[in-house]
Amino acid sequence: MECKFVPSVCSYCGVGCGVLFKVVDGKLTGTLPLKTHPVNEGRLCVKGWNIHDFVNSYLRLKSPLIRAFGRFIKTDWEEAIKITSDRLKDIVRQHGPDSVGVLVSAKMSNEENYLAQKFARAVIGTNNVDHCARL
Amino acid sequence: MAGLAAAFGSGAMTNSIADIEKAGCIFIIGSNTTACHPLISRRIYRAKERGAKLIVADPRGIQLSRFADVSVHHRLGTDVALLNGMMHIIVKEGWHDADFISQRTEGFDELSQVLDRYPPNRASSLTGVSVGQLKEMARHYATYGPAALLYAMGITQHTTGVDNVKSCCNLAMLCGNMGVAGGGVNPLRGQNNVQGACDMGGLPNVFPGYQPVTDPEVRAKFSAAWKKELPAVPGLTITDMVPAMLEGCLKALYVIGENPKLSDPDWNHLHHALKNLDLLVVQELFLSETAQVADVVFPAASVAEKDGTFTNTERRCLRIRKAIEPVGDALADWQIISRLSSAMGYPMEYGSAEEIFEEIRQMAPKSYGGMTYERLGIDGLQWPCPSTDHSGTPILHTQTFPRGKGKFHGVDYQAPAELPDEEYPYALTTGRMFAHYHTGTMTRISEKLDNEQPTGYVSIHPEDAARLDVAAGDPVRLSSRRGEMEAPARITRSVPIGTLFLPIHFGENPTNVLTSAETFDPLAKIPEFKVAAVRVEKLPVEKEL
Repeated sequence: MECKFVPSVCSYCGVGCGVLFKVVDGKLTGTLPLKTHPVNEGRLCVKGWNIHDFVNSYLRLKSPLIRAFGRFIKTDWEEAIKITSDRLKDIVRQHGPDSVGVLVSAKMSNEENYLAQKFARAVIGTNNVDHCARL
Repeated sequence: MAGLAAAFGSGAMTNSIADIEKAGCIFIIGSNTTACHPLISRRIYRAKERGAKLIVADPRGIQLSRFADVSVHHRLGTDVALLNGMMHIIVKEGWHDADFISQRTEGFDELSQVLDRYPPNRASSLTGVSVGQLKEMARHYATYGPAALLYAMGITQHTTGVDNVKSCCNLAMLCGNMGVAGGGVNPLRGQNNVQGACDMGGLPNVFPGYQPVTDPEVRAKFSAAWKKELPAVPGLTITDMVPAMLEGCLKALYVIGENPKLSDPDWNHLHHALKNLDLLVVQELFLSETAQVADVVFPAASVAEKDGTFTNTERRCLRIRKAIEPVGDALADWQIISRLSSAMGYPMEYGSAEEIFEEIRQMAPKSYGGMTYERLGIDGLQWPCPSTDHSGTPILHTQTFPRGKGKFHGVDYQAPAELPDEEYPYALTTGRMFAHYHTGTMTRISEKLDNEQPTGYVSIHPEDAARLDVAAGDPVRLSSRRGEMEAPARITRSVPIGTLFLPIHFGENPTNVLTSAETFDPLAKIPEFKVAAVRVEKLPVEKEL
C-alpha cells in the first residue's frame, strides 16, 4: 500500500485554506487541514473537510458529450474538439468574432483563466469575456 | 470592485486575513461570515476574545449578531443611509482623523456636504436603526481603532452596489483606517479564485493585471506577445450577454466551470436566451443545470487532479498540486482550452501549468512578476510582488494609494429598485448557508453535506407565518413579477417581519426565478439579488390517505 499527502488549496470559498489530500494507492481518500498554513492554521470548515466527496462522486463527467437529435452521446476528445472548433469557426466567419462570448470561472486556476481570456481575445478576437464575480 | 477602484485606484482586500486579529474594532456589514467564510470568522472570534469590539450590521439576525457589541438590523438596501448616518455622527463628534484626511485624501468637502443631509433622525428613519444604536456604531468604529471593515455580497449585490462600496471606503478613510495593521476595507470574495479570475483579465475591459484593452500601448504589448491583432473595444459583461443572446447578436457561448442557469438573475429570461444560441459549449465537473442544455460538454479535471495556482481573497497566490489522475477522460481546463485553440488554428503548446504561470509573470509584472512556483511553496505570496527579492504585500496603501490620494465620494442614499407594495408585499433577500456552496453542484452530492441541509427552504418570521397560517415545513408559493417557485417554510426570528430569506444553492427551488435581471448596478453590472418584492401563498398540504 502506498500512501501520500499532497498539499493543496480548498476549492470552495475565497478564503483559500491550505489542505492536504490523502492519497492511498492512487485514490483520493480524505482531506485534512494543513497545520502550518498561514490562512487556516490547521483548521477547516465542514465543506473543506469533504472536498474528496465531490472529486470522487459517481456523477462526475467522464467523457465529452455531444448533442445529436436532442440527446447527448458520448464521444472522444478528437471528435468533440473538432466539432466545436468547426462550429465556432463557422460562427466567427458568418457573424464576426463579437458573436461569441466566453464565461470564465472563479473556480478555475489562474493559469486556466489566463488561457481562457487569451482564447477569447487572441483566438476568437473578442473582448466578450466575463466571469461571475458579479453574481 | 468598481467602488474600490474609484476610491483607492485598485480593487482588492486591502489587508490580510491574519491581520483581522490585530483590529481594535471589527465592523461587519453584508457578510454572513460564519456561513460563507468560516475560517475568517474564526479570526473575528479570536480578535473578540482578545478584547476587540464587534459591530454587525445585517438585515437578518446572523450568528455573529449574537456576539456583537453593537448589532443592528437595517432595512434591506439602506446601507448607504446607515454608513452616512454613522459618518455624520463621527464628524460631528470630532472622531475623524483630520491628519489622515488632509495628507492622504481628497474630496472631503464633497463628502461633508452629503453628510450634512444625514442627521441621526433622518438616518434612523431611513434604516430603521435607532438613533442610540447609530451613535454606538459610530463611537465603536471611530474610537476603538484600528478598525477593520469587512463586507461581502450583502454590500455589492444591489442596484447601488458601487455606491455601497464607496461609502465603506469613505468611512475607512474618514477614520484613518487605511494602510494600517488591523484596519482596511476588506471585501470577502465568495469563490475560491474570484480574485485570480479578475487578476488574469477574466473581464471584458482589461487584460491580465488590470491593463485596459482601450490603451494602445497595452494592446501593442499583448499583440506582440500573443502574435495577433487584438480587439480594442471592451466586450460584453455577463449582464449584457443575456440580452445580446435574446436579440440574436451573440450566437455562441463557451461556459467554463460556471452554472449561470442557477447563479444568474431571472431564470426564465436566461433560459430563453440560452435556447436562442446556435452553440453552447459547457466545460464542467458535473452535468450542471447549464450543461444539461449544452450542445457540447467537456469533462474537466477537479482541483485534486491538476497543478496550478489560486489567488485567495487576501491576494495570496497559492499552489494547487495534482494528487491523483483525472477520472475517465477528464482533462485539466488548461489542456482543453489549449486543444480547442490549436484546433482553431492558434497553436497553444504548453507542457505544464507552470509554463503558463511563467507567461503570466511576464504579462502582469507589477503584481505577479516576482512569483515563481518555487517561491510560492506552501504559504504562497501576496501581490503586489514585482520582483523575485520582494516578499509580497500583506497590507496595501501604507504610503500612497495607486491613484495617489484616496478619493472621498459624496454618495446619496437611493432606494432599491423594487420595494414591497400591495401586490407583492414581502421583501425577499438571498444568501448562502454553511453546508453548501454557490449553486450546490459540488456540495449537494456529498452525503455528509447533504445531511446538513438536504432541501431548500424559505425563512419567514413567526408573525408573518401566523398571518398566513403557515406551520414549519409547510410548502409555500413565492411569486414575483418574474416568476414563481415553491419551498418549505422555515419559521425563524432571524428575519425581520415582512422579509423573507432564500438560500441560493438548490436547483429545485431556484431563487433566480424570482430575482430580476433588469435591476443591476449601472457601473459594476452586479444584479440586485439582495432585494426583490414577492407575494407569499400557502399551498394545500398533500395529506396521505
